[in-house]
Amino acid sequence: MIHKDVLVIGAGPSGLSAAIEAGKAGADTLLVDLNLKAGGQLFKQIHKFFGSSAHHSGTRGYEIGSLLLKQARDAGVEIWLQSTVIGIFPGGKVGIERGLDNGEKDLVTLKAKTIIIATGASENAIRFKGWTTPGVMGAGAAQTMVNVNHVRPGENIVMIGSGNVGLIVSYQLMQAGCNVVALLEAAPKVGGYSVHAAKIRRAGVPIYTSRTIIEALAGEDGSVCGCVTAAVDDHFQPVPGTEETLKCDVITLATGMKPTMDLVKLAGCALKFHGPLGGYVPIHDERLETSVKGVFVAGDSTGVEEANTALDEGKIAGISAAEELGYISHEDADAMRSEIWSRLDSLRLGPFGERRMKEKKAMMEEYSETVKVPAAFQ
Amino acid sequence: MGERIENHIILDCKPAGQKIQITVDGKKIPAYDGEPILSALLAAGIKINRYTVKRHEPRGLFCGIGQCTDCAMVVDGIPNVRTCITPAHDGMVVETQDGLSKEVRHDS
Repeated sequence: MIHKDVLVIGAGPSGLSAAIEAGKAGADTLLVDLNLKAGGQLFKQIHKFFGSSAHHSGTRGYEIGSLLLKQARDAGVEIWLQSTVIGIFPGGKVGIERGLDNGEKDLVTLKAKTIIIATGASENAIRFKGWTTPGVMGAGAAQTMVNVNHVRPGENIVMIGSGNVGLIVSYQLMQAGCNVVALLEAAPKVGGYSVHAAKIRRAGVPIYTSRTIIEALAGEDGSVCGCVTAAVDDHFQPVPGTEETLKCDVITLATGMKPTMDLVKLAGCALKFHGPLGGYVPIHDERLETSVKGVFVAGDSTGVEEANTALDEGKIAGISAAEELGYISHEDADAMRSEIWSRLDSLRLGPFGERRMKEKKAMMEEYSETVKVPAAFQ
Repeated sequence: MGERIENHIILDCKPAGQKIQITVDGKKIPAYDGEPILSALLAAGIKINRYTVKRHEPRGLFCGIGQCTDCAMVVDGIPNVRTCITPAHDGMVVETQDGLSKEVRHDS
């Protein structure tokens, strides 16, 4: 059986930075990802990041991805791509369907002393008549097509949702040569940053607030040829008589994300519902350890946030895993973590970030109350 | 109909692989070696990948990252292949999947 000090699941921003920290500290680290390429969603982020220089501000997402891949190689991290974790068993045993170079798959069982789960998040869908019609897709799916695969998913796009994803992907679809017909927001005002909304407004895209989609229309070929929208009341219910039809061949849903929880559930981690973090999340302490000893979490899988917070959480998880195995002293690990936590606090400012910061703090308090053995018994 | 992006203000959109051909429901379409099968389909204007088991409804690209399985097709006789994360190779035979389809093994 293969033995590893640290197994990191998911090679997005948090998983990569966790693996880099653990590898740098000297831990024998394996990073596993089910995709063709490491980097998670970083390679579809073609905009420049916000934050401080420690968070790669002013650098485009895909450039950060390339940088992290290089750092992971330099840190001696072993990477398995097209490999899916299919089971986590007591005692750190993990079943992996490993992708081989010849395209075949092999079932592998390995034993990891510590596990870092960094499985990210998945897009929420909203349901309306015809929502399964080909041409209705996640905003992230459309973004992947244009920015990674360099192919347009269609010509005329209606975007649902005005959070930062809806706003940024609308702009990126226009950069790719698509026509964004309209952006609909069920809430009375735009959800994302004004700077992003202003960019697409200046480009002539109408943003309709208090309006949502009620039906996707299918053409003769079975795919989307338009949609019906309606104004909504204070309870988000469509108002009869306000229906309007828009012509489009793609409807993109930017209606939030939720943490991908399959593996934390398999690992038996304690979960708690935290709405501002995207739903159920595995609770963790300030070392990012879950209720299961030796199992850590990082990034969107423990609360949907931004790529830069994921990068920092990944670092903390990587440091903590290395500390657990004695590669970093407790004093050094504490010092490294407190520096990152203060950086994270400064990132989690502003109306969105602050809400999530409070939620994270509340979660860590819950952890100390429900999971940690009281100091008196230690 | 989708098209390939050739000029982009930020990205270099030069194809990574050689120009190849794949067959989709008996028709030959161009593709680039190693790109997701789905990219070649979109570029050729093909939006329906499969029909559902019970109600025979069309499905197409939904998540684009191998999570939802709506883009599953029969590839070289093997059903339920997620075309959004499976690389295209020259001569690949791709068919629209009807329901669960059946695996056709050509044992030699």
